[in-house]
Amino acid sequence: MKRSPLKIYWQRLRENKLALTGGVMISSLFLIAVFASVLSPYDPNEIDRNNILNPPSLTHPLGTDELGRDIMSRMIWGSRISLAVGFVAVGIATLIGILLGSLAGYYGGWGERIIMRFIDIMLSIPTFFLILAVIAFVGPSIWNIMVIIGLTSWMGVARLVRAEFLTLKEREFVLAARALGVSDMMIILKHIMINSMAPVFVSAILGVASAILVESALSFLGLGVQPPTPSWGNILTSGKDNIEVAWWLSVFPGMAILITVMSYNLFGEGLRDATDPRLWRTGES
Amino acid sequence: MISFLAKRLLEMIPTLLGITILSFLIIHLAPGKPTDVLTEMNPKITPEARERLEKYYGLDKPLYVQYGLWLKRVVKFDFGESFSTDRRPVIAKIWDTKQPLMERRLFITFVINALSMLLIFLIAIPIGVFSATHQNSFADKVTTVTVFIGFAAPAFWLALLLMMLFGIQLGWLPISGLKSMDYDTLSFFGKVWDRAGHLILPVFISSFGGLAGLSRFMRGSMLEVIRQDYITAARAKGLREKEVVYRHALRNALLPIITLLGLAVPGLIGGSVIFENIFGIPGMGQLFYMSVMTRDYPLVMGILTIGAFLTLIGNLLADIGYMLADPRIRAK
Repeated sequence: MKRSPLKIYWQRLRENKLALTGGVMISSLFLIAVFASVLSPYDPNEIDRNNILNPPSLTHPLGTDELGRDIMSRMIWGSRISLAVGFVAVGIATLIGILLGSLAGYYGGWGERIIMRFIDIMLSIPTFFLILAVIAFVGPSIWNIMVIIGLTSWMGVARLVRAEFLTLKEREFVLAARALGVSDMMIILKHIMINSMAPVFVSAILGVASAILVESALSFLGLGVQPPTPSWGNILTSGKDNIEVAWWLSVFPGMAILITVMSYNLFGEGLRDATDPRLWRTGES
Repeated sequence: MISFLAKRLLEMIPTLLGITILSFLIIHLAPGKPTDVLTEMNPKITPEARERLEKYYGLDKPLYVQYGLWLKRVVKFDFGESFSTDRRPVIAKIWDTKQPLMERRLFITFVINALSMLLIFLIAIPIGVFSATHQNSFADKVTTVTVFIGFAAPAFWLALLLMMLFGIQLGWLPISGLKSMDYDTLSFFGKVWDRAGHLILPVFISSFGGLAGLSRFMRGSMLEVIRQDYITAARAKGLREKEVVYRHALRNALLPIITLLGLAVPGLIGGSVIFENIFGIPGMGQLFYMSVMTRDYPLVMGILTIGAFLTLIGNLLADIGYMLADPRIRAK
C-alpha cells in the first residue's frame, strides 16, 4: 500500500508524546501572541505608582514590576516580541542558507569552494561575540537584533542544503529531468528543493529556540529589546535588579523562555525523527 | 600523517585571514566611531581635538591601509594598544605576563571552558548511550527532558536562581569572583578549596547548557550504529548485549563525536560573556564586553582573532583525534 510522505510523518509524529506536547505549546503561544490585546488584563505600559513591586495576587496574577506595571500583561505582549525575533531571524537565516547551500551543492566548482570557505570562517568566529559587538555599535533596536541574529546563524542550513543537493542531484529522477531538458532553475526548485525541505524545516524550528535565547542573553547585557517595549528578556533583566525583593519578576519570564525554547526543541527533534527515513523501523512506509 | 597535518595548517592561514578581514570590516563599517564615546563623555571637546584623536588612532586612513597596518603588527603577535585611558598593549590585557598564571584573563577563561567541556563529555556520552539503548523508555524521556531544560533555560537566569539558593539562602557557595577576600591568609589546601568553591557554579552553569547538544548527538549516532548490519551480526553470533553495545556499537558511535569537540569551542567562548559577567569573573568574556561598550577597536579585534584562532586549533585537534581513532583513516 502506498501512502504519502506527509501521512507517514504525521503518523510517526503522533506516537511521540513529547513532540506533540511541544507542538501544542507552540500553537497556544501563537494564539496568545495574536490575541494579546484581548487576553492581557491591563495596558502593558500603564504605570501605577500605588502598586509597585506587588507580589502575585488576584488583581495581578503574576505581580507587578518596579513601575507598578502588570507582569502578566507585559509577558503576554512580550510573547509577540519573542516570536517576532525568533521568526524573522530564522527567516533571514534560512533564506541565506538555502540560497548559498543550493548554489554550492548544485553547481560545485570554485563557487562552492568560496561558499564553503565562507561558512568555515563564519563558524570559527565566536558568533555571540560578533552579535554583541555589532549590536553594541549599531544600537539595540528590535530590527537590528533580528537582522543580526539572522545574518550570523545561516551556516547550519547552508551546509544541510548543500549536503542534500549533493546526494539528490545524482539521483535518477533528477538525471531524467535534466535529460528531458528541464532548466537548472526548475530542477533546483521543483525536483531537489522540495525533496530537501524536511531537514531545513526542522533546523528552522530549532533555530527559533536559539534566537529567543540569544535575545534574552542580549537583554541581560543591556543590549536586547529596549524598554518600555516588553520582551521576556528585558522583564527578566529588571527581575535581576530586584531579585532580592521580587522573585516573581525573574521566575515567571524565565519559566516562559524555558518552556517556549523547550517546546520548539522537543517539537523540532520529534519532527526530525519522524521525517528522517534512516530512523524508520524496517517494514514501515 | 605529516603531510595531512601540514596541509591542514596551511589551510588555516586563509581561513584566519578571512576571519580577520570580515571582523575588521564589520567593526569599522558599523556607524559611529570610538571618538564618539570620548565626545559623549566630554561635550567640550572641539572638532579639531576630535580630528587629532582620529589621526592619533589612525582612523583617518582608508580602511585597507588600516587593515594592512594592523595585520603587519599582528604577524608579530602585537595587537596594538588599547584605546582605553590606560593605553596598555592589547596582548598585556589578555595575557598579562606580570601576573601569576592564574590571574591572566585568557588562562581563566580557558580553564573554566576546559573544565566544562570535560564535564559535558563525561556526563553527556553515558546519557546518550543510555537513551539510545533504552529508546522511548520512561528513563529516556526523563533524561531527554532534563538535558533540554539545561539547554532551554537562559544561562543567566539559571545562574541567578542558583546564586540565590546556594549563595544567599543556604550560604554554601561563594557567588562572585574567583577567590575570597582572605585568600592570601589561607593554607595551601585552603587556597585550593577556595578556588574550587568559586568555580563550582560557573562550571556547572556552562556545562548544563551544553549537555543537550552532545547527548542528543550521541543518542542519534548510537541509534544509527545499532541499526548497522555488523551489530546484527554481532548479536547473531551470540555475543552478550553488553559486549555488543560497549565493544561494537559504542566505539563506532563515538567517532563522529570527536569532530564536535572542535565545533563546541566557539559556543563555549561566546557563553563566557554571560557567566563571567554574572559571576564577576575577570576573564576574556568580561573583557570583550567592556571593549565593545567602549568601542575599543584594537581590543575587540584582538579578542575576536584569538577566539577564532583557538577555534581553529580546536578543529585541528579534533581532526587529529579522529585520525588517531579511526583505523580506516589511519591506514591511509
